[in-house]
Amino acid sequence: MSELQVELVAADRRVWVGAAKMVRCRTSSGELGVMPGHTPMLGILVNGELIIHQADGAKQAATIDSGFLSVEHDRVTIVADHVDVQG
Amino acid sequence: MGAQMRVYRQRIRSVQATKKITRAMELIAASRVVKARQRVVESGPYTHALTKALSALAEYSNEAHALITEKSEIKRAAVLVIAGDRGLSGGYNSSVIKESEQLVRKLQEEGKEVAIYLCGQRAINFYKFRHRDFVASWHGFSDAPQFDHAKEIADRLIADFSMDIDAGGNDEVHIVYTRFKSMVTQEPRVLRLVPLEVVEGETTAHPEVLPLYAFEPNVEAVLDALLPKYVTNRVYTCLLGSAASQLAAQQRAMKSATDNADALIKTYTRLANQARQAEITQEISEIVGGANALASA
Repeated sequence: MSELQVELVAADRRVWVGAAKMVRCRTSSGELGVMPGHTPMLGILVNGELIIHQADGAKQAATIDSGFLSVEHDRVTIVADHVDVQG
Repeated sequence: MGAQMRVYRQRIRSVQATKKITRAMELIAASRVVKARQRVVESGPYTHALTKALSALAEYSNEAHALITEKSEIKRAAVLVIAGDRGLSGGYNSSVIKESEQLVRKLQEEGKEVAIYLCGQRAINFYKFRHRDFVASWHGFSDAPQFDHAKEIADRLIADFSMDIDAGGNDEVHIVYTRFKSMVTQEPRVLRLVPLEVVEGETTAHPEVLPLYAFEPNVEAVLDALLPKYVTNRVYTCLLGSAASQLAAQQRAMKSATDNADALIKTYTRLANQARQAEITQEISEIVGGANALASA
């Protein structure tokens, strides 16, 4: 199964880069899960929790404020003004 | 000790004290400029992601948005001047201010009213001293601007831009900032912030075809959310570039001040030595003269 290449970017730094199985986040119209093979999209994120299910099984959680997410060819870019990484 | 010599010694001491200060400031600026440049680099990924998303939007939608639409008639133009909070940085502040003066004059010649927004204590002082009006000002973060500062400025600029012209709104916004080219060259630049000129020429440089995106929830909402972010990011990049430029200019100014102090110390040491030598010569000739007078008596 292919993997997602995820890049989490805050306004002043690149927070996290790596491979993931799934990304869960909150868009303005509800919870969204992105898995490999997702159709290309640009979505608005509202503040809330973001969970990246890493390829090695670990979970990476972060809280973001308003931002956006772009998906294309299994490459996911999550951009937010502020990102708080937990654990 | 002769009076002349005492004067020189005093000057040497005072120049030495000044030299210590300028040397310390040079070192501080040198270490801060590294950090400032680092932050310019770190803001890169965000800018890149945002630019890419906007290029995609520009390519696949013909949506009109206030922030990208040229107004047919421009009555009032806003100018944001980004200068430093402190002096002691050579020509940094004065060249930004000079550039902004030129821009203001140009805009006025085109028959536009100009609304001034200031960033940095030095720019504020310049306007206050001349009793000129400005709309808003910010200061206190010229060395290390945070994203929140940029957001505050951008929000205000966008709010004023969206206002009706009769209520004090603006038809376009320019930024005067200093671009950091290298450690030795920084140049004041003028950038038109809004209406946005369609996203960078980068799209042609990347022949990669952008996929047909699905927009969530819809194109207008995405555009609405992204454009202000892009404006904020532009302001942030300008602030970061200006901060790096200011520190580089400061480092250079302090370096030349230290060099000048060295040269002064050298000159005064020579003069002091000369004075001492002259004093000794005079004493010897007095003794010899006295001895001669005694011998001939």
